[in-house]
Amino acid sequence: MGDLIDALAVALKAGLGFQAIFFALLAIGINVQFGYAGLLNFGQIAFALLGGFGIAISVSQWGLPFWVGVVVGLAAAVVLALLLGLPTLRLRADYLAIATIATAEGLRLLFRSVSATPVTNGTRGLSSFNGDFISLAPWATNERYRILGTSWSGGELWVAVVGWVLVILACLLVWALMRSPWGRVLKSIREDEDAVRALGKNVYVYKMQALVLGGILGALGGMVYAVGTGSAVPDQYQNANTFLAYAALILGGAARVLGPVVGSIILLFILQFADTGLRLLIDNGIIPEGLLSSTDVAQIRFVLVGVGLMLLLVFRPQGIFGDRREVMLDAR
Amino acid sequence: MRHPSATSGRPGPHRSAIRPGPGAVARGVLLRLLLVLVAATGMAFLAPGIASAEGEQVLGTLQTSRSGPIEGVEVTVTQAGGQEIDSVETDEEGRWSVDLPGPGDYTVTIDADDLPEGVELAGADNRTVTVDEGRRQAVIIGLEDGSRGGGGGTVRAVQLLVDGIRFGLLIAMAAVGLSLIFGTTGLTNFAHGELVTIGAVVAWYVNVSGGVPLIAATLIAMVAGAAVGALNELALWRPLRRRGTGLIAALVVSIGLSLLLRYLIQIVYGGRSSPYQVATGRAVDYGLFTLTNRALVSIVVSLVVLVLVAVMLQRTKIGKAMRAVADNRDLAASSGIDVNRVILVVWMMGGALAALGGVLLGLSDQVQWDMGFRLLLLMFAGVTLGGLGTAYGALVGSLIVGVFVQMSTLVIPNDVKYVGGLLLLIVILVIRPQGILGSRVRIG
Repeated sequence: MGDLIDALAVALKAGLGFQAIFFALLAIGINVQFGYAGLLNFGQIAFALLGGFGIAISVSQWGLPFWVGVVVGLAAAVVLALLLGLPTLRLRADYLAIATIATAEGLRLLFRSVSATPVTNGTRGLSSFNGDFISLAPWATNERYRILGTSWSGGELWVAVVGWVLVILACLLVWALMRSPWGRVLKSIREDEDAVRALGKNVYVYKMQALVLGGILGALGGMVYAVGTGSAVPDQYQNANTFLAYAALILGGAARVLGPVVGSIILLFILQFADTGLRLLIDNGIIPEGLLSSTDVAQIRFVLVGVGLMLLLVFRPQGIFGDRREVMLDAR
Repeated sequence: MRHPSATSGRPGPHRSAIRPGPGAVARGVLLRLLLVLVAATGMAFLAPGIASAEGEQVLGTLQTSRSGPIEGVEVTVTQAGGQEIDSVETDEEGRWSVDLPGPGDYTVTIDADDLPEGVELAGADNRTVTVDEGRRQAVIIGLEDGSRGGGGGTVRAVQLLVDGIRFGLLIAMAAVGLSLIFGTTGLTNFAHGELVTIGAVVAWYVNVSGGVPLIAATLIAMVAGAAVGALNELALWRPLRRRGTGLIAALVVSIGLSLLLRYLIQIVYGGRSSPYQVATGRAVDYGLFTLTNRALVSIVVSLVVLVLVAVMLQRTKIGKAMRAVADNRDLAASSGIDVNRVILVVWMMGGALAALGGVLLGLSDQVQWDMGFRLLLLMFAGVTLGGLGTAYGALVGSLIVGVFVQMSTLVIPNDVKYVGGLLLLIVILVIRPQGILGSRVRIG
């Protein structure tokens, strides 16, 4: 019983910690692109990578202040969105999907390559760039605090608080944008691009704006993650994370302001609970080692996400909060 | 060096030719593109799961493509404090392993003086690894067979061209199915890479654990690939089409399937990379370029299979039906073609071809759990370049992508060569999004 409560506490912390914020911000960005504008960005992690490394490289390698690093990361994300959008946004939806997934994998390979080592420190990545930020915390960062049965270090707590403020601001922004004329155009592009064009709107520009906005949110997510872990390693930005964010978005409900946030909290809670639970079962010998060893547990989360994505898409594409009519998308 | 006489297994002396000198000009054609890594393969004979039941161990294999396995190299393992655990020599298969007293950090050092002539260290002669409890930790020490940048540009370009053709044919074989599935059903199948991995992994288990020769194992893997393809269609995509699931929803489902399969494979097969059990032949000199026999076999097999596929598409009834469905599904259905049956055959053919491509990829690059996913992006580049949905477009496009990726190592480092291929993809989308053989109507 004590084990179970511990597992629940660990899972609760995961659902509220910086990882959930990371996925929430990625998913809010995807929500703008996929949920509202119908764009298939399968390389959201690339924006996060640029955000995280924007800070890491600026601070650790170039010796710039932390906030300059934030600006560098955001600017890099904008540039990437423009580069990706220019060739693909005039084409059918799956071309953007292919281009973005290729870019995400390509950027990760580039950042971990030997030739990039002088800048990114290769596969080892960079660290010690978040000191300026952590020192802003209004409480002692080296002490531990207990909240709702979970234990947080002061630094973790500070990252989480600032992160959730960011998430709330992002949600407010999306909420305000989507009830503005701009948001209505975006949603109608998703429903019928030709009709919007017939009304004299420049569909291409609207799509590009959505791509850039989503990319900036993704970069913010990457920054929270990099600051939260205190290091930026290229292999942390595996493209499977993009699909974790998609799973979170679809679980919560696409084209809903709070869908991605609720989805991320629930997803991270479930994944962490499954993770801890499975490890417990293996340690106690309930699951035999031969069937599943504790080193395999880390992979189980992706298997779960894969199954979850498939089941959701087939049986409940609108997720928890969504509207089924809004998410019946088709390729154009 | 404590065992100077133990290096009896040195491979032949012809390798001295790559050193600069009078012989170098004449033998310059020996240049090879491959910087060959030494891979860790000692656990080949153990089923997963059993491996963790024993004590901690470090192990690995020393080999390069030119020299084959390297015998008689002294490998020393020391603990973090500098205390020596053991010192062993590699066997005739180039393998070595050392039992450890427990988990912790260990440094593995090889004696560079024991390496045969022409083979040099790519980096440091030692590597420090962290061994977890109960873990058999593979250790990779990079070796170079002297071939990189060693000679004239044109010769290296020819060598890269030949290797690019091999790689391009391999991509083409895997991509034909991807393109035909897109053409007949409209599905952008992101789980196609896993068909490649499944083929390679099934062949690995049959070949290495089952002791079956690789050719037979490949045929079994192709049958398995066809079965997985059929299962894909019958159990998942046909019911989804019947439910009227949108193409984008189907695309996300295929991503879910890809994640599910990929990580299941990692759980079953493990994160290691292992080669097949085949004779490791040396490269044969063909004048302008050299080719290992397995690379030659790979080229011949892919060419024969692709010609067969082309003949089938062109001449047989089912082949014509496939092209008809890909061209216009409704028209094909109204002229009496059983569309669902054609799609099933496309899936089975695609699965079998992807499995064969996987085995060939495993032959050149070893078997890994995510090999198919990495290849998938190049397959997409190939089919986009050739024109999504066309069978011949996939052939032409993949060949170009393969050659481009290998040739690009003339100017960019080897470890970012895939990035070049992905950049090519984006450039194509800007210039000619419908691809070489595609038609405008498809791109919307």
